[in-house]
Amino acid sequence: MTTFTNVPKQVEEILEHWNGGVSRRTFLKGSGLLVVSLGADAIAGPFATASAQAASPYPDIDFRQLDSWIVIHQNNTATFYVGKTDCGQGTGTAFRQMMADELDIAYDKTTCIMGSTDVTPDQGGSGGSDAIQTDGWPMRRVAAEARRVLLEMASARLSVPVNALAVSAGVITVKADPSRSVTYGDLIGGRRFNITLTGNNVDATTGIATVKPVQELKIVGQSPQRYDIPAKVDGSLKWAVDMKVPGMVHARNVKPPFAGAKLISIDESSVNGIPGFIRVVSRGNYVAVVCEREEQAIRAARQIKINWEKPLTPPFPASDDLFAYMRSATPTSSQKPSVTGDPDAALAGAAKIVEAEYDVPFQGHTAFAPAHAMADPSNGQMTIYSNDMKSYGMRSGVAQFLGIPRDQVRVVWMEGPQAYGRTAADDAGFEAAFLAKEIGRPVRVQWMRNEETGWDTKGPAFTFKIRGGLDASGNLVALDYNARAADFYHLGYNEPETVLIAQLMGTRRAKPAAGNASAPSDMYAIPNRRTAGHVVSMPLVWETPLRTGNLRDPNGPQITFAAESFIDELAAAAKADPVEFRVRLLTAGTTDDRGFKRARSIAVVKAAAEAFGWDPRPSPRSIGSGPSASLGAGNILTGRGIAYSFRNQTVVAQIAEVEVNRQTGHVWVKRLVCAHDCGLVINPEGVRRAIECGMLHSLSRALHEEVRFDAEKTTGVDWISHPTLRHADTPAQIDVVLVNGDPNPNRPDLPHYGAGETVCKPLLAAVANAIYDATGVRLRRVPFRDARVLAALKAARV
Amino acid sequence: MANITLTVNGRAQTVDVDPSTPLLYILRNDLSLQGPRFGCGLGQCGACAVIINGAAVRSCVTPVSAVKGAITTLEGLAQNGSLHPVQQAWIDEQVPQCGFCQNGQIITAKVLLDKNPNPTDAEIRAGMAGALCRCMTYYRVQAAVKRAATLITGTPATGLPRRSAENAETGSKAGGVA
Repeated sequence: MTTFTNVPKQVEEILEHWNGGVSRRTFLKGSGLLVVSLGADAIAGPFATASAQAASPYPDIDFRQLDSWIVIHQNNTATFYVGKTDCGQGTGTAFRQMMADELDIAYDKTTCIMGSTDVTPDQGGSGGSDAIQTDGWPMRRVAAEARRVLLEMASARLSVPVNALAVSAGVITVKADPSRSVTYGDLIGGRRFNITLTGNNVDATTGIATVKPVQELKIVGQSPQRYDIPAKVDGSLKWAVDMKVPGMVHARNVKPPFAGAKLISIDESSVNGIPGFIRVVSRGNYVAVVCEREEQAIRAARQIKINWEKPLTPPFPASDDLFAYMRSATPTSSQKPSVTGDPDAALAGAAKIVEAEYDVPFQGHTAFAPAHAMADPSNGQMTIYSNDMKSYGMRSGVAQFLGIPRDQVRVVWMEGPQAYGRTAADDAGFEAAFLAKEIGRPVRVQWMRNEETGWDTKGPAFTFKIRGGLDASGNLVALDYNARAADFYHLGYNEPETVLIAQLMGTRRAKPAAGNASAPSDMYAIPNRRTAGHVVSMPLVWETPLRTGNLRDPNGPQITFAAESFIDELAAAAKADPVEFRVRLLTAGTTDDRGFKRARSIAVVKAAAEAFGWDPRPSPRSIGSGPSASLGAGNILTGRGIAYSFRNQTVVAQIAEVEVNRQTGHVWVKRLVCAHDCGLVINPEGVRRAIECGMLHSLSRALHEEVRFDAEKTTGVDWISHPTLRHADTPAQIDVVLVNGDPNPNRPDLPHYGAGETVCKPLLAAVANAIYDATGVRLRRVPFRDARVLAALKAARV
Repeated sequence: MANITLTVNGRAQTVDVDPSTPLLYILRNDLSLQGPRFGCGLGQCGACAVIINGAAVRSCVTPVSAVKGAITTLEGLAQNGSLHPVQQAWIDEQVPQCGFCQNGQIITAKVLLDKNPNPTDAEIRAGMAGALCRCMTYYRVQAAVKRAATLITGTPATGLPRRSAENAETGSKAGGVA
């Protein structure tokens, strides 16, 4: 029998943690398929054959086997295995609701195992708010298929046709004789379904059964409490940061002190006297220190003396000069403009022209705790314990990076301090695996705060130039939109040639990714419109702390800030109410898509205005009228602003109410309203919380967040030099309205769309529009920190 | 290295460590506690908070040799198998998103409510100021502090725990028709 280390018992403890579920290992023992103990293969899943198991410790899980998704236990409980991870929105609870509903089993008789590559089918981990929208479908279909198979088994057992049976909460009963019944556990508990599914890819996985119409769903639409929360508040949850195995050592990276620095020499004598010192590992410009204890590694990383050489040319302009640089740089790529009508002619003939430029700086993930991972290289396999949201990608990437077969690598996904998108958790997983292979012992690595804030991947900076033309009646007749993104080149997830350690070791991708400056997401009917996007590059492309990667959406908050601020500027120029102006643009169009996005856009804008108690009038707000109109005399000016956007099929309108202190420039967003239509809602309370927090994340980006740098390094390195939203910034009231704006709201096939990321898009513009409403001053540069707001107010003599 | 005895969650334990080591690493790596966590190592975020002598202490910047008093961590808040009212309020209010910062939120709230069982909105904002969250659960944290105050004092807190407009929702479970 293969034994690796005593890892599996601990892993199993993690996997079994919730709800006292019956483990897959117990299932294995009960089934007699595989009897192992304390071997890493103990949780490799019941689906690998014994021979495959011997040849490779971690074969892929076959998504076309029903047993890969659902295990029913003898005690009439079920465990669901899904290839998703949770960034903190409670998606596991929603998966259980959807699958329990289709399976017809009580929610509290289920558990859900997520995202560990050797036990769950590869659904790609998290990303793109697709967990419910895309991955929820195969989950529902396989659960429906399991129900179908169980009904057939019951039919044979009870000698009545399937249509004579009723099923509820895992018990199948003969309709005509309720005294005759059988439970799921009786029918299959501890045994395999052995049902082959079909589908060209995991998203298309299906059996013969069809999913239930919405009207028959009972658990979907309820709000069971999240199963992961109790262990998060009593301290019992084992997080990725908590993983320890015997013989484990601690590593810390030593980052270059300036971007593009070249390592000349390391004075190992500066650290080799530190107690517990094991080794300095370096290759190219990558340096790490490894020690027995964590605090020793931290001390060694601080104390080590390294001779670095500065690059000959500056890696980037200072952040104060960023937008001038971006506007004048020659684009590395330009997207073919999308053109409707004749925007140049329409602008030439317009009664009024509005023109504005907007700037959004680089913004970081800056996860609450720095990137980390632990890797165990024992017995020729590699296990990485990570909170990275794309565990499957990490598995493949690390295998390529280290040159070892993929089926010898697994990533055990565990909870962590989540950020959203391509975070430095990718980088840390590769570093831990590399160091573990070098040292030959399990290695835990964690970045320090200054590394995380300074070197994590960044959302790209954008600069925009937009022109609009109004006719004599104040109708928008032409829009010319031009965006530039500092997004060359944009990192993918877990790419073995682009993770930071690979770059620092000298790996260069032949062709850097082009990056993207995408267009606004709205359903406005504008007869003449041109949308153009360009990507520009910073001078330094590789080994830079300004590497860009997906940060929640990934471009929507920037683009929607510009696009929806500009719509507000047009409304003000037309002396129109901002809600009325938007509704007019939405209703001017007649075409709609299969998801009825236009109808639903109109519905959310109206719903937000109604929930807020919107009083129709043009911005800015004024007291009195005519020549005596004014902003009022007090220090606190109040105003409200709206913005709207969509992402995929989810549509959102948000309203911010602000207080602006004209003496200090301080902005407090006192109230937020969000009208949100994501189709079928699985867990309304869960969605509300995700919406609240998503809005506040964008509020942090609106008010505080900016990656600051001089011409050689990032200068924001902690929570003082790189501020974030705090308790004091919290609105006094947040209202979330869940809207179903579908023209046929009760249709039985109402889809469930992704809820999270759309929420992050309109908020920056809603706040800017509210500040304008309060003060008559338009802020076109993010973030709206006190000094910037005060300077703008003073310049406008407010 | 030196032998240092710490009383953690009511139990005296002796470790042999460099006395300048921050308490956090001793709690996590020698005593296998998981409540206090590394967030910044600078005393700025609250992830590592523990209670010593009634105060929320940042264990990431506290040398173990400087600890003078019994330590309570997140794991030590529950008594006789019952969650502390603050923890219960956190579950009732479904506060966490990822939950990683919630040690700092809960410890800070517990200390705040020990000193001021019925804080106003302004006192909650001031008292919780040092506890950061990057999932931005602040709104629910503040509601949960109020809920906990009610559980502790048995009387409703000033003002009501603020909630999203549940009542604004109408219609089917798919959400109301606007």
